[in-house]
Amino acid sequence: MAPLAPRTGDAVFANVERVNAELFTLTYGAIVRQLLTDLEEVEEVNKQLDQMGYNIGVRLIDEFLAKSNVSRCIDFRETADVIAKVGFKMFLGVTASVTNWDPEGTSCSLVLEDNPLVDFVELPDTCQGLYYCNILSGVIRGALEMVSMKTEVTWVRDMLHGDDACELRVKLLKQVPEEYPYKDDD
Amino acid sequence: MQFFGGSSVAEIAPSPAAPPGTATGLAGNNANMLYIFNRSGVCLLYREWHRPLHTLDPQQDQKLMFGLLFSLRSFTAKMDPTSVDKGNLGVPLLPGQGCSFYSFRTNTYKLSFMECPSGIKIILVTHPKTGDMREPLRYIYNIYVEYVIKNPLYVHGSPIKCELFNTNLDQYVKTLV
Repeated sequence: MAPLAPRTGDAVFANVERVNAELFTLTYGAIVRQLLTDLEEVEEVNKQLDQMGYNIGVRLIDEFLAKSNVSRCIDFRETADVIAKVGFKMFLGVTASVTNWDPEGTSCSLVLEDNPLVDFVELPDTCQGLYYCNILSGVIRGALEMVSMKTEVTWVRDMLHGDDACELRVKLLKQVPEEYPYKDDD
Repeated sequence: MQFFGGSSVAEIAPSPAAPPGTATGLAGNNANMLYIFNRSGVCLLYREWHRPLHTLDPQQDQKLMFGLLFSLRSFTAKMDPTSVDKGNLGVPLLPGQGCSFYSFRTNTYKLSFMECPSGIKIILVTHPKTGDMREPLRYIYNIYVEYVIKNPLYVHGSPIKCELFNTNLDQYVKTLV
C-alpha cells in the first residue's frame, strides 16, 4: 500500500528548513523593485514576474512531489485542493481556500486571506497596474504544466488594490497526454 | 595470436576474481545501472556500475529502454482486470494514469521502475535477488530533487552533469541489498 496522501501540508512544513519570514518578504520586494527599475514598464514587470514564477514552478513540482508523497490526483478538484492545502502550506506557510467552482469543474478560485509576500507593501500611484504577486500565478501555471495540465491563472482580487483578500482564478485549459517522443525513422 | 595477448588472458583464467563493482548479490555490489528520463523522453542520466555487455550504442540503448517502459506500461494498463475504463492499446496515457508496474525480474537481473506524476522516470537495474526497490527509488528521486532540481545552474530538461548528485547517488547505491 502506498502511504496515504496528506490532506494538509502541516507535517511537511514542520519538517523543512525555513527562512525568516521578513527576509523572504523583503528579498521578494527587492526583486520586484529591481525589475521596476530595469524594465520601467509595469506591464513588462508583470510579464517578467510571471515568467520567473513559471521557471520556479517547473522545478518546484518535483520537490513538492518528492516531499509531500502526493500521488496522482483523480480530478482537477482534488488538484486544486492539494495546491491550496498542501502546496501553499509547504512553500508559503499559509493555507488557501478553494471556492467559486464553475459547473464543469474546470475553473476555480484560490483565495489567500493572508499573503506573506505583501506584508510591507503599498502600491504607489505610478504602479497601479502592477500585479505584485504575479510570481505566484506563474509558479502554479508552471507546476501544473509539468503534471500534464495546461492552465491559465489570473488575478481577480488583490489586497494591494484595496480588496480584502487575494484571489487567483485557475482555469484548466486542457490535459496533455504523454506522447511517444520518438519517430520510427530516427 | 591475439586471443592470448594482453588483457584477454585474465578473462580466460578459470576463476577470475570479480572486478570491483560486480553485481554479486552481496551488499555493496548490487546495482548494475540507472536511467532517468524526463517526460519528453530525454535521457537525463545514464549511470552504470556493472555492465560487462554493451550491444548497442548508448543512444539506441536509451531509446530502447524508454520504448520498453512505454509499451509495458500501456500493456499493463490494458490487462488490468480491476479498472472499468481503459484506453485502447497504444493510446497515450497521462503520467500516472491507469495502473503501472513497478518491477520485473528475469533470471539475470531485476528492473525496478518509478514514474512520478511530473513524468520523471527512474529505472534501476539490479541483481535479481534484491528486494523491493520502491523506497530506494523514492530516495533517489529525493537525491535528484536536492542536487539537480535545486541546483540553480542546472538547465531544466538537459542531461545531468552534477558531480554532487553522482557522488551521493554512488554512495547510496552501494547500500542497496
